[in-house]
Parts: sequence; C-alpha cells; structure tokens
Amino acid sequence: MQISGAQMVIESLIAEDVSVVFGYPGGAIMNVYDEIYKQDGFQHVLARHEQAAIHAAEGYSKTTGKVGVAMITSGPGFTNAVTGLADAYMDSIPMVVISGQVPMSLIGTDAFQEIDAVGISRPCTKHNYLVTDAADLPRVLKEAFYIASTGRPGPVHVDIPKDVTAQIAEFVYPDSVHLETYKPNVKGNLRQIKKAVDAIAASSRPMFYLGGGIINANASDEVRELVKMCNIPAVETFMARGTLRVDDPNLVSMLGMHGSYAANMSMSETDLMIAIGARFDDRVTGKLSEFAKHAQVIHIDIDPASISKLVPADFPIVGDVKNVVNQMLPLAKEKVDGEKYASWRETVANFDKLHPLTYEDSDDVLKPQWVIERIGEILGDDANITTDVGQHQMWAAQFYPFTRPRQFTSSGGLGTMGFGFPAAIGVKRGDPERVSINITGDGSILMNIQELMTAVEYKLPVINVILNNKYLGMVRQWQTMFYDKRHSSTDISLQPDFVMLAESFGGIGYRVKTKEEFDAALKDAVEKNVVALIDVTVNRLENVLPMVPAGGSLFNMMLEYKDK
Amino acid sequence: MAQERRVISVIVMNEASVLSRIVGLFSGRGYNIDSLTVAPIPESKYSRITIVTQGSIRVIEQIIKQLHKLIPVLKVYEHENLVEKEMALVKFPVSECLSDISALCAAYNGKIVNVGEDVIIVNVADEPHRVDNFLKAIKRFHPKEIVRSGVVAMEM
Repeated sequence: MQISGAQMVIESLIAEDVSVVFGYPGGAIMNVYDEIYKQDGFQHVLARHEQAAIHAAEGYSKTTGKVGVAMITSGPGFTNAVTGLADAYMDSIPMVVISGQVPMSLIGTDAFQEIDAVGISRPCTKHNYLVTDAADLPRVLKEAFYIASTGRPGPVHVDIPKDVTAQIAEFVYPDSVHLETYKPNVKGNLRQIKKAVDAIAASSRPMFYLGGGIINANASDEVRELVKMCNIPAVETFMARGTLRVDDPNLVSMLGMHGSYAANMSMSETDLMIAIGARFDDRVTGKLSEFAKHAQVIHIDIDPASISKLVPADFPIVGDVKNVVNQMLPLAKEKVDGEKYASWRETVANFDKLHPLTYEDSDDVLKPQWVIERIGEILGDDANITTDVGQHQMWAAQFYPFTRPRQFTSSGGLGTMGFGFPAAIGVKRGDPERVSINITGDGSILMNIQELMTAVEYKLPVINVILNNKYLGMVRQWQTMFYDKRHSSTDISLQPDFVMLAESFGGIGYRVKTKEEFDAALKDAVEKNVVALIDVTVNRLENVLPMVPAGGSLFNMMLEYKDK
Repeated sequence: MAQERRVISVIVMNEASVLSRIVGLFSGRGYNIDSLTVAPIPESKYSRITIVTQGSIRVIEQIIKQLHKLIPVLKVYEHENLVEKEMALVKFPVSECLSDISALCAAYNGKIVNVGEDVIIVNVADEPHRVDNFLKAIKRFHPKEIVRSGVVAMEM
C-alpha cells in the first residue's frame, strides 16, 4: 500500500490499538492532523496546552496500563511538552509522543518553530527517533511502542519532519520488532531466587519494601499473595500505594520523608530488606549510610542499573517483577514459615501503636487530612485519585484508603506541579465508570487550569478538590521549619474566585469552609457528574508530619512541630 | 573513594546521534571522560567507541550499566587484559635538533612523517603513559603543536 507519511502515522496508531490521542496541532504536524480529521479509528482529545496533553496521556496510561499517546507540533509545541516527557521518564510510564518538525531541507537553518527536538528529549526519554524517510515510519513506530512498553517502561519520542509526513512510501506495518541491541531480561535467575528465599527463611526481622515497579508490572496480585504467604510486614513507597489493600494486616503504610513512624522505624530495624520494583529514591531512604543499616538486601528489579546503584544488593535479581515473584511463590511456600516472625510483627505493631499516622482534627477549621479521609469514606474504591505536588500530595498518600493498584496517579519522581488535573482527565478517559478526583492545592491547580476547557468539551467530569491554604504550602512548611519563618514568595493570598472561574468554563464551583459543606459539595459534584472545582478552605499552617528533614536518617523523625 | 582508571569499549549501532547519546550520558550523570575515540567496525553495521574514564568502583559499575541501557548499544566491555595504544602528532620548528628528535621518536615507535620549510611533524604510537613520557621528553625542543588521538584498546 502506497500512502503518505501522515497516513502511516494514523495506520500505525490504529494497528497498535490506540483508542485516544491527546494533542495540540501546529504548522509542522498539520499533515498528520489532516489525516486525523479523516479517520475514525481513534479519538483525538484537544488539550489546551502541550504539557497538559502529555500529562493526560500519562494519566490514561497509568489507569489503563496501556501506552499513552500524545501528539504535538515542532518548536514551542515540543518544548512545552518536555516537562511531560521528563515526568513520564522519571516515573517509568510507557508513552509514545509524536512531534512535528520543520521540513528536512530547513533543519539546521534556525527555521520558524525549529528546535533540536531529539537533542532536547534525549536525556528525558527512554529512546527517541528523528525520522528522515517515510519508508522508516512503520518500523520506527512499531519499535517505539515496543520499547515504551517492555523492560523498564518509559516514554519514546518520535520527531517527524513535515516533508516526511507528505512523502509517499510503501506501508506494511511489521508484526514484530528486530532490535539486536535491545533485549530486556524478563526472567529472574532461579539460583539467585532460591538463595533469596533461603535468606528470607533465615532472617528474623524481614521487611518487604514495595515500589512502583510492581504496579508497572501488573504484579500486585502476586505480591499480595507473597506477602500473605510469608506473613512479613511490608512498607510501600509513594509510587506503590494501592499495591496492598489499606486493610492488609501486613501493610505498614508508606515509608520515607513523610512516611509513618512504624514504616521508617521498622525499615531501620530490619535484618533483611526485600526490595521489589523500588529504586531507593532519596525521598525514601533519607541519609543513605543509615538506611536499613542492619539489613541484608534482596533487590528485584527489571532495570539492572537500579540494582546496587545506591544501596549494594546482597541478592540482586534482574527480571520482570511478575515473573520473579511467581518463581518465588512455590519456593516461599515450601521454605518460609510466617510463624517465625510473630514477635517481629508485634514489634512493628507496637511502633504503630506508639506513634500512629494521625492528625489533630478541629471543629473550627477544616483539616486537609480530614478532607482526604472523608473523600475515602464517601467514595473509597469507586474513586481514582490523582494529585498535584506539595503538601496535599503527601496527605493524599498518607490518608487515602487505597484498595487497588492504579487507583493512585501522581507525579513522584519529577514532582511536577500542574500534573494532577490533566492526568485526572486522562484517568477519566481511561476508566470512565469511576469518579476521577484530583486532590490539589491552590498553587498547583493554577499551573494547568486551562484544562477546565478540555474536561468540559470532552465531558470528562473531573472533580478537583483544592486544599486551599493560600500558601505554596510545602515550601512554606520548609521555610517555617528551616528558614526561620521567612516566607519568601509563598504567601498566595491573592487568588481568583474559583467558583466563578469554574463556571466561566462551563463547570461548577463550590466554596467550602465546613465539614457539612464539604460533604454536600462532593456529593453534589458526583451526582451532577460535571467538571468541578471544590475550593476547600483549610487550616493555613498545617504541616505534613512525620517528617524526616532532608538528608536526615529515617529513624530521626519530627513527629510534631511546635511553633517556637 | 579511590578513583580507578578504566578503558571501556562500547559497540554501538552505526547510526545518527548515537555518539550524542553516549556523551550525553556521561555529562548528564557527571561521569568523567579522559579520552574517547570512535570508528566504524569494518564490514559491519556497528561502530566501536573506546572511552577512558575515571571513577570509584561503584561509579564505573553504574557507567557500564547505564551504557547497556541505551537502546543502540550492543555490548560494553570493561577491559582487564588489554593492549592499549595511543598516537600523538607533534610539530617542531625545523631549526631544532632534528637528529635528537628523530632518535627520541624511534624510542617511542615513531618517526618524522612530514618535513616542511619551517616545521617538521613527527608521530609516535605507544601506550598512553609512554606517550605522556615522550611529550615530557620533547618539551625542550619547543613543540609548536601537539595532537593526541585518544586511546584505542583490544582485549588480549
């Protein structure tokens, strides 16, 4: 079949079973948009900013497990998208992002809307391509989807000059890829796995350290079974929330800078850490030399470069988490006796009794933690939760009762303010039956507020719950604690009227100051099933606690903060 | 931690922008490059990149793993038993003592390769530390320009 490069893009996306593309047109990508207009194989969702298009595709990917697809034009279209690419790269989200480029004859001439896109995307993508011949397009797109979704997932960027999208060439979409230089190792080494299981059986204070790789590998069921079978306490990273059910008796909440006392103390006391799909982020480990100091380390990960990068592993196991845990299950059943850890479980439970993850509620002012718990009580499993970045994000991770993987979507590695709302739009598109809640702050929400229009246009009713403290709260918290209360540029008392703002876009706004008003607003928004902003006035100076100061040891937590 | 010198050979697909991926990895992650050479491998679609780097053992291990992760990288060799060679070209004023220069060159597998009206050019090819020694030894002949090739290496 002889077709144009632009038609090839469409045919390839359809062949990859893509059902939605998030994007924004422009000069260099117009040929492809012309073909989008003519087809009905997939939906195109017009975001109102390229960054938001990428975040929406990320949200869609996180909730469905499929590859997220976004399309943008050259120059500023591409540079606006870079934050999204970097975000997807840090959080290992499978994505294919297609950008237009100026025609080949103009590349290198500083042409209108020209930028070295592959030069910029190289360090923030898993791989990228500049396609110089339409005949290469089917192979490149096939490879792009394959690379994005296999091994450690990540975004792949494909840059296509305008004349290549017009060029006619033979199109046959390949059935398979032949990449001699890329062969991810998915099966774990059985001998190593046996040794690891023996180490678990020999240990007396073992701890599971569960990371986001479990969710990427769709291995939560297997991990739940392994944790139950071994009867060993487990901590989750921020990215792994929902791997275990909130009521799993072995779950000891989240660890790290804002982890629970029990999670951080048990990680400091353990003699064997079983790290699964986790990468020892500095926000998790605190001071590295003190992190799980007494522990031997089993580290299971698909990415060999993650193993022993920061903490040397005694039992490194490279492989797909799902395969490795499946290989572990029969061995663990035979060798590991959960009875043995009864006193250790008691120790961990006592940590939790001593300093449970909690907050002081108030009758005078709404507490942000209460709001999050309340959303959980009202919607629980029926909601998918996204967040922006800051205090509200940590409170959501601490206090929402997660019951399933892929319920929680947030920007973990890059920490991108403005991520939550567009991501929630993508989540709603991917899982329309559930309520899509974006828990956000009064700082973050304004970073992609224009997406109200996208959500209204495509009838993707996201409910934004703004925990409004009129501060850039997390920075304010650090300034209060570590900068002698010099609140430099963090007081954002000057604000739009969020109710009028929502209504001007065709959504609905609520102003909330009491518990009763919150319940009424949330229920009304869910019932009306429209795009909503719920502006919740919360306690201005609430701090996220516990807190391990940056660079401190996990066992040195601030459990409370008294104003001096 | 102690810094180790390592010679790493990277076999890559001979395609556009592959070198920028390698170099970008080093600069982006703060690794050192002491020298770098690239040339296509004859009768194949691959190129060999030879990199001399320094770092702690942990850093060297990360460099190798991160190189492996790049999609167009086929193989990464961290050399232990290897033959290393480097070439240097040096330009001298023709007024210097040519017989002394020529004798020195001979001691380092080199010779005079070009003679002009005002300058001569010599080349030497030897182990990198021997090239260092040669360059020290010829200082007193007032070299006008020195070009080093970077290291190439082969496993024994």
